[in-house]
Amino acid sequence: MSRRLLELAHARAGDKGNLVTVVLIPYDPADYPLLCARVSTERVRRQLGGRAVGGVVRHEMANIPGLLFVCERAPGDTVTLSTGLDAHAKSVSSALLEMCV
Amino acid sequence: MTARPLRIGAGAGFAGDRVPPAVDLVERGALDYLVLECLAERTIALGQQRRLADPELGYDQLLDKRMRLLLEPLVRTGTRLLGNFGAANPLGGARRVLTCAAELGVPVRVAAVLGDDVLAAIDPAAPAWEDGRPLGEHGELVSANAYLGIDALLPALESDADVIVCGRVADPSLFLAPMAHHFGWRPDDDDRLASGTTIGHLLECGPQVTGGYFADPPFKLVPNLAELGYPLAEVCADGTAVVTKLPGTGGRVDRMTVGEQLGYEVLDPTGYRTPDVVADFSTVEFHEVGTDRVRIGPTAGRPRPDALKVSVGYRAGFRCEAEISYAGSTAVARGRLAGEVVAQRLAGTGLRLAVSLIGVDALHGAGPGAAGRPYEVRLRVASVAASRELVEAVGEEVTALYTSGPAGGAGVRVHTEEVIGVVSTSIPRAAVRTEVVPVGPVGSQ
Repeated sequence: MSRRLLELAHARAGDKGNLVTVVLIPYDPADYPLLCARVSTERVRRQLGGRAVGGVVRHEMANIPGLLFVCERAPGDTVTLSTGLDAHAKSVSSALLEMCV
Repeated sequence: MTARPLRIGAGAGFAGDRVPPAVDLVERGALDYLVLECLAERTIALGQQRRLADPELGYDQLLDKRMRLLLEPLVRTGTRLLGNFGAANPLGGARRVLTCAAELGVPVRVAAVLGDDVLAAIDPAAPAWEDGRPLGEHGELVSANAYLGIDALLPALESDADVIVCGRVADPSLFLAPMAHHFGWRPDDDDRLASGTTIGHLLECGPQVTGGYFADPPFKLVPNLAELGYPLAEVCADGTAVVTKLPGTGGRVDRMTVGEQLGYEVLDPTGYRTPDVVADFSTVEFHEVGTDRVRIGPTAGRPRPDALKVSVGYRAGFRCEAEISYAGSTAVARGRLAGEVVAQRLAGTGLRLAVSLIGVDALHGAGPGAAGRPYEVRLRVASVAASRELVEAVGEEVTALYTSGPAGGAGVRVHTEEVIGVVSTSIPRAAVRTEVVPVGPVGSQ
């Protein structure tokens, strides 16, 4: 049965220049393998839509346990130059948590 | 002497953080050090603008407010203060601290850490990390600040200064410096430096590790968020620590809050680079050891990078953001129509417009929420252009929607500001000369 990530995991977004980071952490560490299997870089890129147009790199942090995604933003969509409402991309954690897995 | 843990509090995680929780930490935290982290990427460039207008300015704009509330309890409790609230003018900030202290009748010794300003030393032809283009091609350069490390701060800590004011310093270094000073860690003790850097990383955003930037009911609950406590660390001589907060404050410290902050703004968990060390965050184990107490284990480290990162600010034109609201079951349709009308009217200007409906697609574009039909929406049109006059046309056309747009447009707001862009480069350590300048003491008279 497909479930929203929101029910399984929590997330925090951060920004570094033209990159946005999102760390995704299961409420129950036993769900970590499920996240590793289902939350691919390609699915994250599609889920974040216009906020992650370039490459997405995934790091596995088994010590949290959690997945760390580092996503490239569009040229010009940086914290200082963005014309978007959320220049920092701090809200993208909520977009990720709407993904069904 | 080293048997007792070193107690370091984080009284601010950004320039706009609240002051009362920092005062509470000083009053009740039995702290050895209070650290204030007040600089975002472009804060120094904005401070540089203020300094150009008035050579005495350029330090953190909330400096007076923070000092008036903090100085007396800091001195009374024997807590030393260390922070980057000098921003673009650490010496001016240090002098301002002395002025505040004199007004309060509180005797303090203040020192400024100089040397992060490397605008005269960088090569405008050097490529920016982000896009490979020469720095100088981005626009007129207005600031260049090297991220200093603990080697710049240690001489200040070895002095008798009660308050240490710096500009750009790597955020974790603000916390690592008191640890290295107190425990006498050697500059090549990479594992201890990495362990202390992890603690600094967890504290550098202040309340983000104690339940701020976290609540998401009904899934994630934060008790008494309104009275959120700010964090403190009890650091041991081996670099491990307990992260906690004061009893009676709001918030929570547990595996969830620590886990989110450990991964926050990290680009490579196996190689988190600071001027002091390269820390491997994938080696950190952490455990709940009591209510709102998380013990952070050791972190493996590797030798520090040879060069220092430099943040370069440049003039990037002007940004105009303009908004107008529509309500009712046809609100989305009228908001869309209004956006199309503005785009059509500005078609000849060459302006690139960002048009969105707040409440529908302003945050994530045509993503998960764009199909909704909210009762009210807010049209937002924004643009960046080379001149203020050019970009102000956006505000003028959105304002004109009152009479010349769809029915029921309401609540126009227009904001235009200069844009300071930020790109990064590096500088050899040898090109950066740091200096500690004492600006006290003054008596309480």
